[in-house]
Amino acid sequence: MANLKKDEKIIEIVNVTKIFDDTAAVDDVSLYVRKGEFITFLGPSGCGKTTTLRMIAGFDLPTSGKVLLNGKDITNLPPNKRPVNTVFQRYALFPHYNIYDNVAFGLKLKKIPVTYVNDKGETYTKMQRLTRKEIDEKVKNALAVVDLEGFEKRSVSTLSGGQQQRVAIARAIVNEPEILLLDEPLGALDLKMRKEMQIELKEMHKKLGITFIYVTHDQEEALTMSDTIVVMKDGKIQQIGTPTSIYNEPANAFVADFIGDSNIFNGTMVGERLVRFCNHNFPCLDDFEKNEKVDVVVRPEDIGMTTPENGMLRGKVISVVFKGVHYEITVKVGKTEVVVQSTESRETGETIGLIIQPDGIHIMKKEFTVNRYDGYITKKNTVAFGDGEFECDVTSLYPNSVLDEEGYLITADGEKLDLTDTEVNVEVEFKDIEISDNADEGGAQGHIVSIIYKGDHYQVIVRTEENEEDFVLDTEDLWNENDYVGVKIAPDKIRMTLKQETKQK
Amino acid sequence: MTKLHFSRKQLCIPYALFLVLFVVLPMLLILFYAFTGEGENGNLVFTFGNFIDFFTSAAKLGTLLMSVTIAIISTAICLLIAYPLAYILARSHWKRKYVLLMLFIMPMWINFVLRITALRELLDLVGLLGTENYLNTIIGMVYDFLPFMILPLYTTLEKLDNSYMEAAADLGGNKLTVFTKITFPLSMPGVISGITMVFMPSMTNYVVSDTLSNFNITIFGKLIDEYFTTFDNWHMGSMISIILLLIIFITMICTGGFKDSKTDARGTNLW
Amino acid sequence: MVKKILSIAFCVLVLLFIYSPILLLVVYSFTDATVIGQWTGFSFKLYADLFRDSEIMEILFNTIWLALVAAALSTILGTAGAIGIFYSKKKFAAPVKGVSQIPVINAEIVTAISLALLFSMVALYRTYFSLIVGHMVLCTPFVVLSVLPKLKQMDPNVYEAALDLGASPSKALFKVVIPQIFSGILAGFMLSITLSLDDYIITAFTKPRTFDTISTYVYNAVKNGTNSSTPALRALSALIFVVMIAAVLVFNLRARKSKEERK
Repeated sequence: MANLKKDEKIIEIVNVTKIFDDTAAVDDVSLYVRKGEFITFLGPSGCGKTTTLRMIAGFDLPTSGKVLLNGKDITNLPPNKRPVNTVFQRYALFPHYNIYDNVAFGLKLKKIPVTYVNDKGETYTKMQRLTRKEIDEKVKNALAVVDLEGFEKRSVSTLSGGQQQRVAIARAIVNEPEILLLDEPLGALDLKMRKEMQIELKEMHKKLGITFIYVTHDQEEALTMSDTIVVMKDGKIQQIGTPTSIYNEPANAFVADFIGDSNIFNGTMVGERLVRFCNHNFPCLDDFEKNEKVDVVVRPEDIGMTTPENGMLRGKVISVVFKGVHYEITVKVGKTEVVVQSTESRETGETIGLIIQPDGIHIMKKEFTVNRYDGYITKKNTVAFGDGEFECDVTSLYPNSVLDEEGYLITADGEKLDLTDTEVNVEVEFKDIEISDNADEGGAQGHIVSIIYKGDHYQVIVRTEENEEDFVLDTEDLWNENDYVGVKIAPDKIRMTLKQETKQK
Repeated sequence: MTKLHFSRKQLCIPYALFLVLFVVLPMLLILFYAFTGEGENGNLVFTFGNFIDFFTSAAKLGTLLMSVTIAIISTAICLLIAYPLAYILARSHWKRKYVLLMLFIMPMWINFVLRITALRELLDLVGLLGTENYLNTIIGMVYDFLPFMILPLYTTLEKLDNSYMEAAADLGGNKLTVFTKITFPLSMPGVISGITMVFMPSMTNYVVSDTLSNFNITIFGKLIDEYFTTFDNWHMGSMISIILLLIIFITMICTGGFKDSKTDARGTNLW
Repeated sequence: MVKKILSIAFCVLVLLFIYSPILLLVVYSFTDATVIGQWTGFSFKLYADLFRDSEIMEILFNTIWLALVAAALSTILGTAGAIGIFYSKKKFAAPVKGVSQIPVINAEIVTAISLALLFSMVALYRTYFSLIVGHMVLCTPFVVLSVLPKLKQMDPNVYEAALDLGASPSKALFKVVIPQIFSGILAGFMLSITLSLDDYIITAFTKPRTFDTISTYVYNAVKNGTNSSTPALRALSALIFVVMIAAVLVFNLRARKSKEERK
């Protein structure tokens, strides 16, 4: 955000949270929008992008936080008092009005100050509605902007989707808003129409010179049209930046995966600007602490192909798909699949070498490397955490302790302890969690909320329903998002430490 | 902003108040009256007397049994006439079958007291009036409620996708099998809503029975009316209402028709 | 072919059953015989009598007046209620919708006596107030049920679009929401009129003693043995049959036609 100048802010969102039925749709989001820019909120469905837009429009009220327009607090201003207009996803044209009346709707409601001079020569202003002629003129101009001259008398139902879209845009821009909000406006159009409208919208933005805030889940659309992209996930901002910076320098594995195609590897820093993945050390440009576990992102087009002996990596081509402009070649390197994009083709089965230049390697800190929970010991000497209950080895809490027949713990000193309700810190490695289709088999149950392919395995996040606890795990099996699964952890893989002294028996 | 989000919801408040005052409260009053009676010095006392009285009175139980019998017979006849009729109308390929349907359900819009008195004239003319009270009452119930059976049946049968029947025939079903295994089961929602539309009114609409039996038959609804207007015993009248409510509730559970079935038949989408 | 003839014959039989009493009354409204079955020659005398009978004219006027007032009030209350229910949280909307079903499912006699109990407690029993409230209890739930589906069909964003373009909430409601659910409101109004015109039982338990509608008047005429065939009433019935049949046919077929044209 360093490239944004402070004095140009038109919209500023400060620590905004929006909660719907106990779930945070938008979670403590802060951002600002520069005057005149084309900014896009990008993310998968449910990421909070539309809710953020609706709070700017005034349709939804933030649960907490502030929305500022030109420095003034408009958090509680109703939508009809805001100088912003919206183009809705399904257009929301008024079906009982014709095109003219749809476009003129806002103009007919508008009152503008008109200055008069009375007999005594004093000037005074009166709030007045626009005249019929002024409205006609403005409607005509707005329809010209969207290439729909002469459509005034047509009824909404006679228009195609693309034409309705244009009317929706005309209806919004005719009011000369300071900001135009667009909520997935091209979502209902076919591919060809969408491409055309993308270019037209971009041109319109240049011509009108007003701020566009655009919401989409289509990364390509965002990259093509925007000056700034805000990538969101689970109600939180993941990254803000220009299309180039977001594509080239994704802030984390999610952004890398969401924007464009990418190979994501598990890596370890092995030296100064030296990262190891796929059993090879690569020089890179980013610097992290030695031995730190990192995510390595490499774009398919940044991988070069060469002869086996000249490659940094060597692998066997397992599939070649022609994609129109380039070939997508999947190469098996050891256990890892690497996707390469190239204008040259290769034969399936061929062994080739791969080269990755330092500037093609993007390294990002792993968000977390181990699951951590707060838990407690139950009466049955199992441990409860993450909305579940698991078998565990309670004797690991005290060195050299044993359990007696009644379930009391005898410490090495011969002390007898009742561990019930003892609070413990729990740690579980990603690789030590197994999931099972049979949800009842597991100690905890949840839905798979995210799957990210990491070259030789998938990183899966299972989220429980009750308290939304996450289990992050690495698995080689392919699961489906939203699968309801049971979480299994072997007793010896649950690492526990005491939070405080246990009560004594 | 807060105001904006409340304004549309607030529109509900008058209606909610109206319902509480004129639907919920009156029903609670019935419940109150049903379990009270006048004590020795004229003040109200809590009692199960009305309840016990009802179930020990042969006359009242007899009325109930007779009413249920009339309602069952009337409903069955309505179904027997309406089903084939609705089937013929719905399955016909005639372009303007809607006009035909209108002819059959037209009586819905005409004052039922006038229609029943017209029927009375006809029954008088053919010599049934005054001689065949039960028959006349059943004819009257069928005459009054037939449209309410035809409409839901027609609606479900009309919506029925022909490909189900074609598929059944394609798989080797003969006409009878196709009807009993496919058409009829799929039209059950219409049958059920038709039954709920006809059964309960046939037990309670005493204008029909009074007019056509020369006030010789007392159906269950009439009993409530009598305790209120003739005997002036509101406590017993309320108790009989509670029992009627129980019967409605039981038929609702039996038919599983707690949905908007009745409104379909009443034709909210017809006007 | 045989099947077709049987089908047609069956339809004709049912139509005959439905329309023979009505036809009988219409035919005998054009003779001045006191008893049906004795044709004493064609005459408009009954119609002349009808329009000179000030009592029947007053009752006719009462009936229509009551239906219009009750339907109008029910439509306003029910439309507002439906909009409120639609935009409320489920926690609030569900019980309101549930209670709204009670008068629909309930036997009319139970609704009638429950209102009689209520109004006798507050000394409003058998007043115009209790009468109109009684008819509103009967009609309003049906208005709600006709309007709700139209709200559901509406694009949820149009109301917001109107606000976005500068309309105040009430303006957005009247300029955008109401026009789009208008067909439902109209249907609810017409249904209310029909229900009110058709009603006997609730009217009988809530009306002022000196007030009569066609339903209560005709029922009482039969009850008191003055007999329904009060010849002038025959003309009134015939007139109502013909007017209602014409009105329903015209209204429905026109609505149907415009719906088909729109497709």
